Amino acid sequence: MFHRESGYFKTSYQADMALYPLPIAKYTIWAFLAIFFVACPMLLDEYHLSIINLVAIAVVGVLGLNILVGYTGQISIGHAAFMSVGAYTAANLATKLDLPFWLTVPLGGLMAAFIGILVGIPSLRIKGLYLAIATLAAQFIIEWIINHTPSISGGVAASIEMPRPVFFGMELANQAELYYFLMFIMVIAIIGALNLVRSRIGRSFIAVRDQEIAAEIIGINVFKTKLIAFAVSSFYAGVCGVMYTYYLGIANYENFQLITSIDYLAMVIIGGLGSILGSIFGAAFITMLPIVIRLWMEAFGSIFVDDAALAQVIAQFRLIIFGGLIIVFLVVEPDGLAKLWQNIRNYFRTWPFSY
Amino acid sequence: MTDTAGSGGSVKLKFDGVAKNFGGVRAVSGVSAEVREGEIFSIIGPNGAGKTTMLNMTSGFYHPDEGSINFEDTDISQTQPSKIAALGISRTFQNIALFRGLTVLENLMLGRHVLMKTGVLAAFAYWGPAQREEVEHRQRCEEIIDFLKLTDLRKTPAGALAYGLQKRVELGRALASEPRLLLLDEPMAGMNQEEKEDLVRYVLDVNQEWGTTIALIEHDMGVVMDISDHVMVMDMGERISFGTPDEVRADPRVIEAYLGTTDHKEVA
Repeated sequence: MFHRESGYFKTSYQADMALYPLPIAKYTIWAFLAIFFVACPMLLDEYHLSIINLVAIAVVGVLGLNILVGYTGQISIGHAAFMSVGAYTAANLATKLDLPFWLTVPLGGLMAAFIGILVGIPSLRIKGLYLAIATLAAQFIIEWIINHTPSISGGVAASIEMPRPVFFGMELANQAELYYFLMFIMVIAIIGALNLVRSRIGRSFIAVRDQEIAAEIIGINVFKTKLIAFAVSSFYAGVCGVMYTYYLGIANYENFQLITSIDYLAMVIIGGLGSILGSIFGAAFITMLPIVIRLWMEAFGSIFVDDAALAQVIAQFRLIIFGGLIIVFLVVEPDGLAKLWQNIRNYFRTWPFSY
Repeated sequence: MTDTAGSGGSVKLKFDGVAKNFGGVRAVSGVSAEVREGEIFSIIGPNGAGKTTMLNMTSGFYHPDEGSINFEDTDISQTQPSKIAALGISRTFQNIALFRGLTVLENLMLGRHVLMKTGVLAAFAYWGPAQREEVEHRQRCEEIIDFLKLTDLRKTPAGALAYGLQKRVELGRALASEPRLLLLDEPMAGMNQEEKEDLVRYVLDVNQEWGTTIALIEHDMGVVMDISDHVMVMDMGERISFGTPDEVRADPRVIEAYLGTTDHKEVA
């Protein structure tokens, strides 16, 4: 939050390299944890908790995509396909083998990571637009395979009903109970991503993004690094897919189509490429945008259009706002919401004596 | 002035009849040379002589079409760049190739990438050994930052620094991997006199205090003649002279390559 660095003197490199080097940042984190783990479940009703659940799911997915696109500089339009891999893996494991959630979540992620590595192999040779098309192909291929293999897709309408996660004998049946489950996974995902990008692996991602040739010369195996990025990114996507499946109670490929991939790319761009905080912002922003638009339109829309046409207008309106926002962000603030937040912070850091 | 440290040392790097073609252009043809342990070895020559190609082949960026390159008895002529870095060769570039968005410190930490081990899972948890490793290597990077007088810039993005400083950071990144052979591609190009003097001092310190063998390409003849133990002169992809700076300076072929021929052609 808003804090100043002056007055804190670090006496070890370890202190300087901590995630939250200032005491006030630590208090802020505790405050956030208190708000989201104590206050929210107590004060909000199930509908509003379900919105936060959706954001938590999106955060995990966006973190994964940001590691690949924002940190490593490899574009992917197949992110939703990796989510579906995680979702169907978990659904099959949970229904056929009766595995509990603490196995289905990581296993779904691992399966997605494996497929992600396969898709990442062309990244050795192709870059940019060409890689985008290759991952786009992966999106359709994975979708097609799931759709046409009844043993994966469960046959009827390619959907599998997902049993509710059971936590020490307690079935997490409604949104309020799922809330802790999803939030907990999200917190782990955030901490893991923060750790990853500040360590050796994260630095090698950025090196590959900034200067592939120099990265190779200083001893980074570029191909391996790209594959690791694909694996980590798809793992996050897979976990995101599993979370979504538990959230909906059903694994269905229709939730993981091309448009979802595009949505996640938009979250990464609007949140901020190469920023963990930006991933959270982007996920929250894009997830809540249609909800806010709908609330507005329901409140004020009848002034402009008659009630019968309203539902259709809302759906169209969302797309218009969505596209408009991406353009505005690309032009005005390519570094996204994270950069905006940074600017505000920098302003208040020296406020009111900025000179 | 010359023939101090290096002349007696064992062979660190050996080019043996190295040749490289780019399409129809013969960039390097049949060059042999030896770089000895602990010396400063310079390659000079007019533009397009094949100097940088020699360096690129040494760092694995290109592979020679003929001949071999040996580093400490290992044939590295067909080895991938990232493996060569792990063997103990690091380099700087003619056009600065820093990671511009990263801070000076992070650039140096990246230089130590090959010396670190943390894998994905350990990095994810950042617990125990992973954290210890980060701190340990941070310590070594800070020593280099001290040495290169970059202390107040360690958290500045490398891209925001002045040209001369960027060159210094790039030297730091190359040093961070604790190389046994350091390749410098025109380290002083585009610098003013003061920056040049600073950088020469650092290069000499690295050579003398840390005992690092250095091979460099440079156009500033004053610098080359002052600091080199041996100089190789190239022209049109061929080695035309080799020896101590004094020997090279007196070589008529070198004068010919640099100043052109007079009407009565000298043969040496």
